[in-house]
Amino acid sequence: MTGPVPRRKSRSRIVAMSAAAVAATMMACGPVSYEIPIETPIQPKLDVTAFQRVLIAGFVAGGTDDVDTNQETVRLLRSQLRSKSSLRVIDADAMPLLEIAQEQSRSAPPDPQDGPSPARESGAAQNTDRTTAAVALPPRIKEEKDLEPYERLFANTSYWKRIGEEYQNPLIVTGTVLFMPQSRSGFVSRDVEQYDSFGRRRVIPTRTYMERKGFMLRPKFVFIDGRSGATMYSESYREEVLYNAQQSTPALSSYFELMDRLVPNFLSTLSSQKIRGTRVLLK
Amino acid sequence: MHMRSVGCALALSLLVVAPAFADARSEAKSQVAFGIDVAQKGLWREAIYRWERAVEIDPTYGAALNNLAVAYEHEGQLDKARQAYEKALVVEPNNTQIRQNYELFKEINDRTGAEKEKP
Repeated sequence: MTGPVPRRKSRSRIVAMSAAAVAATMMACGPVSYEIPIETPIQPKLDVTAFQRVLIAGFVAGGTDDVDTNQETVRLLRSQLRSKSSLRVIDADAMPLLEIAQEQSRSAPPDPQDGPSPARESGAAQNTDRTTAAVALPPRIKEEKDLEPYERLFANTSYWKRIGEEYQNPLIVTGTVLFMPQSRSGFVSRDVEQYDSFGRRRVIPTRTYMERKGFMLRPKFVFIDGRSGATMYSESYREEVLYNAQQSTPALSSYFELMDRLVPNFLSTLSSQKIRGTRVLLK
Repeated sequence: MHMRSVGCALALSLLVVAPAFADARSEAKSQVAFGIDVAQKGLWREAIYRWERAVEIDPTYGAALNNLAVAYEHEGQLDKARQAYEKALVVEPNNTQIRQNYELFKEINDRTGAEKEKP
C-alpha cells in the first residue's frame, strides 16, 4: 500500500535535483555567445593625400531626358564630399562634357597624318586627337554603346592638365553616367494571402506574370590627377530598380534611390569609412 | 611481456598528456573569456592580445579564432580577419555562428571592391 509512493517521491526528487544541477551548471558557465557591435574601418581605395581640393568636373551623361543627370550627379557628389570627406570641394559650374567631347572631336583633323592642328598642344594631345578623329561621337547618348566613344575624352591628358592648372591642381572627378528607363516582363514570385472556408489565413508563394518598369543607372567614375591630367583610377557600377507597371514613380526619385546605393562606394574611394555591424563572440 | 610494457607505456603517456591538453584548453578558455570581457568594454587591442594567446595555446580552438577574426575586422585588418575566419571554419566547419560572422565579413569586403580599373 505504501510501497509505490516513496518511489514516486524519490523519482521526482531525482528529476528536480538533476534539473537544479543543470541550471546551476548553466549559471556557472554563463552564455556561450555574445552579440557585439563592431565598426569596420575601410581604408580609401585611392591615396588622395597629395590633394587638398577636389573638383567634381562633370559627366558625359545620357539616357532619359526627365533628369539632368550631369547636373544632379555633380550636385549630389559635391554635397556628399562636403560632409563626408576632408577634401575641400571646389564650387564651379558643371562642365558640359558631352559638348566638350564633341567639340574636341570636330576640331580634330579628318586625316591624322596631316600637319599639326590648332587643338593640339603636346605630343600626348596629338595621340589623343588621332584616336578621337577615328571615331565619330553620337550626338545623343541613348544606350550603353553610345558612351564608348566618349571614353577617349578621359584619356586626353593635356585637356585635363589644363583644367587642373585652372583650378590649382585638384583631384578631378569625372566620368560617364547613363540613367535610362527599363521595362521587363516575366514571372515574379510573391506571397498571396488566402482564407479557407474556416476563415483561416494562409500565405502562399505564387508566381505571377508581371509587367514591370523602372530605371537603370550605370555610372563610371574617373579620378584624374589635376597636376598631370592622367587617370589615377576608375570604377563602374550598375544598379537598377523595377516597379509594378501601374505604379508611377518620378524619374528623379528613382535616380536618387539608385544613387543612394552607390554613394557609400564612391565615398570609400576617397575617404576612410566605418561600416557598422554586429558579430557574435564565442566562448 | 613486451606487449604489456608497451601497453603500460601508452597508458602512462595518456595519463601525462591528457591532463596537459585539458590544462591547455582551460588556460585558452580563460584567455578567451577575459578577451570577451575587455572587448565588451571597447578594449579591442587587449582582446586581440588575449585571443592571440588563446590560439597560441590551443590552435584548434574555433571560438578563439572566431573572436580574433572579429577583433581584426574591428581594427580594419581585413586580411588577418579573413585568415582567422577561414582557420576557424576549418576547425569548426559546421558552426553556424562562425559562418554567419564570415558571411557578414565577406559582404563588407565585397562592397569595398567594385569593378576596379587601373589605368
